[in-house]
Amino acid sequence: MTKRKTDEVTGVETTGHNWDGIEELNNPLPRWWLWTLYLTIIWAIGYTIAYPAWPMISGATKGVLGWSTRANVAAEIAAHEGSNAALVAQLVSADMPTLPQDPDLNRYAIARGGAVFRSNCSQCHGSGAAGAKGYPNLLDDDWLWGGDIAQIMYTVRHGIRNTIDADALYSAMPAFGDILEPAEIDAVVEHVVSLSNPEFDAALAEAGAVVFADNCSVCHGEAALGDRTMGAPNLADAIWLYGGDRETLRYTVEFSRFGVMPPWGPRLKEADIRAVSAYVHSLGGGE
Amino acid sequence: MTSQPDQPLYAARTPIFPRRVNGFFRRFKWWIMAVTLGIYYLTPWLRWDRGASLPDQAVLIDLANRRFYFLWIEIWPHEFYFVAGLLIMAGLGLFLFTSALGRVWCGYTCPQTVWTDLFLLVERWIEGDRNARLRLHKANWSLHKWRLRVTKWIVWLLIAVATGGAWVFYFTDAPTLLRDLFTLDANPAAYITIAILTATTFIFGGFLREQVCIYMCPWPRIQAAMMDPDTITVAYRDWRGEPRGKGNVKNRKAAEAERAAIEAQAAGAGAAFYPGTPYPGQKTPPAPPLDLATSDEKGDCIDCMACVNVCPMGIDIRNGQQMECITCALCIDACDDVMARIGKPRGLIDYLALSDEADERSGAAPKPLWRHVMRPRTILYTAMWLLVGVGLLYALFIRSEIELTVSPVRNPTFVVLSDGDVRNIYDVRLRNKSGDDKVFQMNLSSEEILRISLEGQDTLNVTVPADTTVLQRVYVTARAGDTAATGDTTDLRLWVEDLSAQVRASKATTFNGRDAQ
Repeated sequence: MTKRKTDEVTGVETTGHNWDGIEELNNPLPRWWLWTLYLTIIWAIGYTIAYPAWPMISGATKGVLGWSTRANVAAEIAAHEGSNAALVAQLVSADMPTLPQDPDLNRYAIARGGAVFRSNCSQCHGSGAAGAKGYPNLLDDDWLWGGDIAQIMYTVRHGIRNTIDADALYSAMPAFGDILEPAEIDAVVEHVVSLSNPEFDAALAEAGAVVFADNCSVCHGEAALGDRTMGAPNLADAIWLYGGDRETLRYTVEFSRFGVMPPWGPRLKEADIRAVSAYVHSLGGGE
Repeated sequence: MTSQPDQPLYAARTPIFPRRVNGFFRRFKWWIMAVTLGIYYLTPWLRWDRGASLPDQAVLIDLANRRFYFLWIEIWPHEFYFVAGLLIMAGLGLFLFTSALGRVWCGYTCPQTVWTDLFLLVERWIEGDRNARLRLHKANWSLHKWRLRVTKWIVWLLIAVATGGAWVFYFTDAPTLLRDLFTLDANPAAYITIAILTATTFIFGGFLREQVCIYMCPWPRIQAAMMDPDTITVAYRDWRGEPRGKGNVKNRKAAEAERAAIEAQAAGAGAAFYPGTPYPGQKTPPAPPLDLATSDEKGDCIDCMACVNVCPMGIDIRNGQQMECITCALCIDACDDVMARIGKPRGLIDYLALSDEADERSGAAPKPLWRHVMRPRTILYTAMWLLVGVGLLYALFIRSEIELTVSPVRNPTFVVLSDGDVRNIYDVRLRNKSGDDKVFQMNLSSEEILRISLEGQDTLNVTVPADTTVLQRVYVTARAGDTAATGDTTDLRLWVEDLSAQVRASKATTFNGRDAQ
């Protein structure tokens, strides 16, 4: 048995709920509100028939409209590709070195290339393209194989030192640990350090210069400025792919390095290769 | 245990048939309706010449291009704070008016009130005044009733379509859209919007009416917190009207004589503010027996129900302040009309401050209007409103035609170049808000030696087309060994100058050296 209470002023029954002496009146709801509730229930039933809703043992009911988020995404991507078809066609047939002269196409290529880069390249080169030890920084002005748009496109398409693409850029540095004496290695390391670091042992570096001329200059050049035709890095500049300290350099000379990049030709569309190349070219080091 | 019957769980709406009324406030409301509806329907059709590349609609919310045009003002998405500021001003303005004058928003300018008023006008025009509509409501569904009802619904529907139709014109070029709507070339979103707004206007204005205010709108419940005894609101002078009774009508001569005496007395006192101030010296006796012979002891209210019959909310203002009351003031007009007929001063129902009750009961003059309105609360609301308003105006007038935003690229924090130089990268957005293409020259200033260069440009000039933003990658480089390159961070300022107009803009940012973390 509940005890009914009535509000004195209005004569309306209260719910008995009391907040700081204020009681809630139990006024009837408007009837249209009830209709609205029924309407929402009917709507909900129709909705669960039309759209995926009821959980089954595996999956859920599909709904008579056949609506699905996956299909929507596919349709949106197709619509997007469709709306950009003209730009894509232009990009695929564009003369890449003169691309910046067409601001709209250039902007599209760089925006598209940024997306391609973030999903395919950032795993090694970093989301900001700053690289990491062994993975080149693409923001600076130093290139192993060349930084003009044609060379970047070639590198993206065929990759480096991979076994998948016969046209991949290839070179291999010998592991000098089997060729040189430890003292010779110490000397050549000191010589390489002396090229970019003012603090070095002059006598040792002088001895190293001879070792360098005999063993390294074939690829790296007599002045150690590198050779892009075989991906030999410039050893006289401030940029080091693996590190410019003596210990790292000794490791590099002794065991060599063999950085690999996969070919993206088989994996990316032509427009994507061109776009990502344009993007990399626009990051600050493009030649 | 209880003798009370169960409360019904649901109640049907009680139909309301407001009677036609004439008077000062009714006329005022017709004007307000004409002005507000006029603004709503006509604004999209105003033209404003902005040059060839920009739309010529005076008020246009261009969602597709993310621009808002208001006469000579053009708002870009990053300036949305203007809209936010206007909304804050609207809110503060509502607080101000509510605390000073009660629910004037509800009573005069709320779209629900205005359109319901318009729908009632149509209803009265087709089906007749209150009594005719009451009869029609109770009548069986004859051909006559069908004819009137269907005519009314058709007119309502036309108004509703025009209402929904006017809304979409704010979002695209109105003349083009009007043509496209008729040739069925318009965007589906336009038709859907019109359909939804037509439905809501038709249902809210035609059928739900006061239910919207009572059950759907939160504002009536919030406003009580903003009103106090000094708020001017529509109220019944029960100290003057009670005890009410049909017998309160005196013979006209006696009434007029009494009125003349009162007016003479009031003129002598000189302080009566309300045109119909209460009887000086009259006190409400504690429920005296109704005696026609001693009519002096009765109040002015003759219980004619005029105030109830004209009320669009279906309430009795004589019961005091109610949440349902939207203060439309039509009961004032209705009661004034009756008071004039029976030879009593107007204002038995009137705009008044409840704090004046004690003064009026004792026969003293009520406080003047300005003393009710000028209160710390209203002054504070006005000050806040002005503060926001002046701030927005200031922001509006210092806006430059050219702008830049600088996002330093912090991934990585800096780049070392082959010669040991240290480079920082900045994504700079250059904004040209004018109608002409411009050439912007970039530059930088700093206490350290820094060089600036632009991606893809041989010079420091960037061409920014009219009404667009261009993203330019900017490189700032410090020579190897310089303080900026080897140190922590260096302050710098990036400048952009419109060479043709001698306008400059700048943004401060920082340069990271090798020591920066």
